[in-house]
Amino acid sequence: MEEALIDWSRIQFAVTAAYHWLFVPLTLGLAMVMAIMETMYVVKKDEFWKKTAKFWMKLFAINFAVGIATGLILEFEFGTNWSNYSWIVGDIFGAPLAIEGIFAFFMEATFFAVMFFGWDKVGKKFHLASTWLTGIGATVSAYWILVANGWMQHPVGTAFNPDMVRNEMISFWEVVSNPVAVTKFFHSIFSGWMTGGVFVVGVSCWYLLKKRETRFALSSIAVACLVGLVGGVATILTGDSSGVHVAKYQPMKLAAAEGLEDGGRKAAFSIVPGIEMPGILSFLATHDFNGFVPGVNDILLGYTSNDGERVPSVEEKMYRGKYAVAALEKYREYKDTDSEKASHMLDAFKKNEEFLGYGYIEKAEDVIPDIPVIFWSFRLMVGFGTLILLILVLVQFFHCRQKLQNMKWLQILALSAIPMVYICGQTGWVVAEVGRQPWTIQDMLPVNMALSSLSVGAVKATFFIFLAVFALFLVIELRIMLKAIVLGPVIEENSGNKVESGNGEER
Amino acid sequence: MSKGFVRKIWLFYVDGFRSMTWGRELWLLILLKVFILFAILRLFFFRPAMAGQTKEEKSATVGNVLTGKIPANEVRKVE
Repeated sequence: MEEALIDWSRIQFAVTAAYHWLFVPLTLGLAMVMAIMETMYVVKKDEFWKKTAKFWMKLFAINFAVGIATGLILEFEFGTNWSNYSWIVGDIFGAPLAIEGIFAFFMEATFFAVMFFGWDKVGKKFHLASTWLTGIGATVSAYWILVANGWMQHPVGTAFNPDMVRNEMISFWEVVSNPVAVTKFFHSIFSGWMTGGVFVVGVSCWYLLKKRETRFALSSIAVACLVGLVGGVATILTGDSSGVHVAKYQPMKLAAAEGLEDGGRKAAFSIVPGIEMPGILSFLATHDFNGFVPGVNDILLGYTSNDGERVPSVEEKMYRGKYAVAALEKYREYKDTDSEKASHMLDAFKKNEEFLGYGYIEKAEDVIPDIPVIFWSFRLMVGFGTLILLILVLVQFFHCRQKLQNMKWLQILALSAIPMVYICGQTGWVVAEVGRQPWTIQDMLPVNMALSSLSVGAVKATFFIFLAVFALFLVIELRIMLKAIVLGPVIEENSGNKVESGNGEER
Repeated sequence: MSKGFVRKIWLFYVDGFRSMTWGRELWLLILLKVFILFAILRLFFFRPAMAGQTKEEKSATVGNVLTGKIPANEVRKVE
């Protein structure tokens, strides 16, 4: 397969997925923030909280409108650019993606509509339930997508059918309860809460900087800071589980993220090149300071894992992979003409099936992903994530002491946390996806075998069309979003006198 | 489901859309995007590579791709 075709197809998919992930975390996080605010309104019976919730719902709607259907483009690309892959995984992804599509459509068409159109038409509690269900719907919807992604990182609950040349589901439960998918789901959802929390805190701090909507801003910060902190801490905890899974199922990704050439016991965690914490990497990867963590060279040459299992060298895996591919070819050739030979070939295939993907690797070094990209993306994610948590702790601390509204530096810092949280989300996915290269499906299907035979020109053309369309919609969203923020909410005191600015539009 | 209930739901959506203010801009945006996605990109640029093939044809196509990459000497080893 032509290198240029692989590169352009990968970059096209990466840009589409990254673009999609600009909107998803804010949807997940804002849903939580506005649902809590509306709960405050229903419990406290204070109109102020209704207006506050409505303003953040407006921003939620703008984000949702631009983000909606961006995931569909990924599905277009599966069929067009990644047709071999689509066929091979069709039986597994069909169910989760169909559930996601139906679930998302009905939840969104029903509860999203009640949330926006139903303020004066349905009861308070029904409206509140709709707001929560909109958020829950988006969250459950994300689960099915992450089941699909988790399966590609760690394929379970399926068997390769050599007659149909595709993976077939043998246990739906095993697929949906895949530990990698479950951890990835919680990690992504909590990072979404963090994004929503940081976004609301940042925008509210902008109002404080402008000395506008003070009560609204401080009340929004009270809710959002808590959501952001819970999300941030939970993101760290689920990130820890994720690290253990990566060490177990995708050791090359971990070695790349750490730039670890030669592994060993008491492996050090590198904060940045030259500054290391002895034993910490072993602990993060195995929850044992003395645990063995393989480096890039160990993986290439073979090693003994912590479970005492011998992991073959890449050369050996390649040999057995090529054997599996050849046996598959012969099985397909004989299956209709010579059942004895076909049975012999099928046995040969089954014995080496776990290394099938390595049969398409040309040289051992091809299984090493782009180490500098993964190494620095990981550090950006962790570094900015830690900084954001620190900012949220400071905001919470000074907010509780009622000093926040006079602390300009902290308001500016909180506002600057908005781009930081997006960098965290994007670099997190870079680590997860670039880190598993060259695999589309871990150890089973490398990217060069997953692609359709298209012309490089066609992929380039669609890439640039996408870039133009995406950029246009992003600019439109940012303009509408900024306009809505500048106009501000409509907040009235209990007396009914309007005390804050706003344009009076509510839906 | 009674006719009255369906009518109520219908009116709920119609009233909701009619009374929109800034939301109209968002709906226009959504419609424009859906048009670009389905009427332009899907129709002219993203046609599934194996569209129109039966399951057997698809498995044959992918099977040929997956098995056609192996050098002849590796195949002989298996035999």
